[in-house]
Amino acid sequence: MNFSELATQVLEILAALAAAPLFLGWVNQCRAWLQNRSAPSLWLPYRSIRKLFYKDAVLAQNASALFRIAPYIVFGAMTVAAAIIPSMGTRMALSPVADAIALVGLFATARMFIALAAMDIGTAFGSLGARREMMVGFLAEPALLIIIFLASLLSATTALPAISEYLATQPLALHPSLAFTAVAFTMVLLAENARIPIDNPATHLELTMIHEALLLEYSARHLALMEWAAALKLFNYACIGFALFVPWGVATGNGPLQILVSIPVLALKLALAGAGLALIETLSAKLRVFRAPEFLATAFLFAVLGLLVHLLLGA
Amino acid sequence: MSLRRWLDRAHSVPGAPSVRGIGVTGREWTDIARDVAVAGGRLLSLWGSNTDAAGAAVYAAFLLDEGALIAELPISTGEQTTHYAGLESLFPAASRMQRALFDLHGLRSSDPDRRGWLHHDSEYEFLRVSGDGVHEIPVGPVHAGIIEPGHFRFSVVGEKVLKLEQRLGYTHKDIERRFTQLPILQGHRLAARVSGDSAVAFSWSYCQALEGMSECAVPPRAAWLRAAFLELERIANHLGDLGALGNDAGFAFGLAQFSRLKEQLLRATDHAFGERYLMNAVVPGGTRADIAPAAAVTLSECIGAVAREARVLHGIYEEHAGLRDRFMDAGRLATDLARQLGVLGLAGRASGQSLDLRIDCPCVPYGDLAPAKIVHEAGDVAARVAVRFDELQESCRLVGRILDALPPGPHLATIEAPAADSFGAGLIEGWRGPVFVALEAGPEGSIRRCHPHDPSWQNWPALEHAIIGNIVPDFPLINKSFNLSYSGHDL
Repeated sequence: MNFSELATQVLEILAALAAAPLFLGWVNQCRAWLQNRSAPSLWLPYRSIRKLFYKDAVLAQNASALFRIAPYIVFGAMTVAAAIIPSMGTRMALSPVADAIALVGLFATARMFIALAAMDIGTAFGSLGARREMMVGFLAEPALLIIIFLASLLSATTALPAISEYLATQPLALHPSLAFTAVAFTMVLLAENARIPIDNPATHLELTMIHEALLLEYSARHLALMEWAAALKLFNYACIGFALFVPWGVATGNGPLQILVSIPVLALKLALAGAGLALIETLSAKLRVFRAPEFLATAFLFAVLGLLVHLLLGA
Repeated sequence: MSLRRWLDRAHSVPGAPSVRGIGVTGREWTDIARDVAVAGGRLLSLWGSNTDAAGAAVYAAFLLDEGALIAELPISTGEQTTHYAGLESLFPAASRMQRALFDLHGLRSSDPDRRGWLHHDSEYEFLRVSGDGVHEIPVGPVHAGIIEPGHFRFSVVGEKVLKLEQRLGYTHKDIERRFTQLPILQGHRLAARVSGDSAVAFSWSYCQALEGMSECAVPPRAAWLRAAFLELERIANHLGDLGALGNDAGFAFGLAQFSRLKEQLLRATDHAFGERYLMNAVVPGGTRADIAPAAAVTLSECIGAVAREARVLHGIYEEHAGLRDRFMDAGRLATDLARQLGVLGLAGRASGQSLDLRIDCPCVPYGDLAPAKIVHEAGDVAARVAVRFDELQESCRLVGRILDALPPGPHLATIEAPAADSFGAGLIEGWRGPVFVALEAGPEGSIRRCHPHDPSWQNWPALEHAIIGNIVPDFPLINKSFNLSYSGHDL
């Protein structure tokens, strides 16, 4: 470990924490524009997080310690995830431990704690949401793993920074296998981040909620951390997508100049990804809950197709 | 026994066209109900009164092909456990009305279900569903969104709904009693506020009853203007619902577009009549305001634009695979079941019930306007959406027609308070279904009793059936496709 790796690492974590709400604000803004509405401010997610931190927390009487610590665990897991995803540079202090399978495990840990906390209070909506969240989760995880396996096969490593570095430094070539997995990844991203068509982040209908139902009992700083963690998760997924499918522009060396260049590149990628996400969400309606398995089975199929194309055709 | 003998005996009731009344004895009360049920008639409303001045009575209004028939059963109050025979075995919708009647007037029916309905002072026993893996989800009366309060108790296995039981009455404010404190010539203002989304239907219905009792001839221009108000109300509600239905299926684009159209319509309404929602437009004797020729042109243009854009959006809703998937087959209310439950209005027409008062027993000016009756058979959310789209176009056409052919003359006639003890009935097809008002005058221009009835009474129980077998997250969509009134029901 040297100074520049440490600096990159710190910069990436801070950038993720700072930019995640902005990214969410941008997606919401694009959604509003596409729906012919006047858009909320780009800074609205920051304002709501700040507002929540100023409020007094209200806890259910039967809330256990698990309920209180879950927001910190979830937020922590997402921050660690942000630390091992190469969003700007691949030479980070934590690169040696940045295993892609561990990353999937981190997401699973966060999900498990959110679900447990939701069931902790014992309200009908919490359990309902937890049940649905676990259903979506256990269908999405295999697809995500297959996507990562393909990238590992291409680059002969499961370390995310190494995968990204390998893909970024290859001569430009079209990998049909990666095209299939990119489709699969987009579908997993939508499902895992509670976006339309699986879940509706803007809904106020408690019976249809998945992610929001898990947070119904949270308030103040706990809710702020949960909201921030959700924004971080979306940011992280976007960065995993960039690392695997559009790694160009990421700093593969230690030079400060490379890092400086990678910042606007990342911003550009995020802007485009956010607009694309908003477009998908505007064009589609929410699926019935029982269509979610079909949707994620399709994602899994695409991921397997990508793997097969690579194994059989070597493409 | 045929229905004929009752109709021959009945006298005409002032107010809405083809409403007849008949006084019955305890035995005839059940006979007439059975004859109506056999003839395929429906229960329109059931209400009562228990005052010192006029004694106690229970009333049932039936909807027949020939019009409405009101049966009045005088009750001798005393220490009996039951005061009159319940009609719930013939008309399932009667059950809740009878429970409400007990809560309001202390008159007990023979219905074995004796739980309070509007009064919430005792424990409420929900029907328990037991079995492996069955559990209950209580929802409301406080909801995550800003909507009216109602409690829904789901019994589910996994996501599948086995049973839904509603509990309403959270917005009970004793409107019937408030009516008795108002001068009869002012009651229309309260009527318009029974259920805010049906302001014109209720206030017109009230005025219809009052004008019949006072023998006031409404100028033709006023009748035509009222029809324009009613159709504008229908268009505004359909626009709002269609947007909300898209939004509930996660299609926010629909909400944005329909909200825009609704806002355009409300502004045009405001420009033409001085109100966005026509809460004060219908007054006894006519209408509050007339329309200026220039405003009529603007309104007509706006309606044309709304109709055009709604047609485009209809195409989008029809062709969007995700929306179709959510709408089709969700919350199906079969035609037979809808008939048995006596479902009325829009929800009925989406389940093959060919009932529309504007066509079946038209008041002025609907005879001249000849609106088309829109009926769909499927009974699912898609059918209720389709009925809304079609009615929206038809209502736009009607408003255009009215504005073109508005008869000249005054828009308001003078009206005197009716004689004490006179009784009248108003019956108007609001956007949700038939809105019924029974009005009885007291001495010196007071109201002895006024009973406003919203079709939600009939349609709430139907929602309990429509949800069975569907999944929990589809409930908000199905509920919205009915869009029933809480306030109009809780009274």
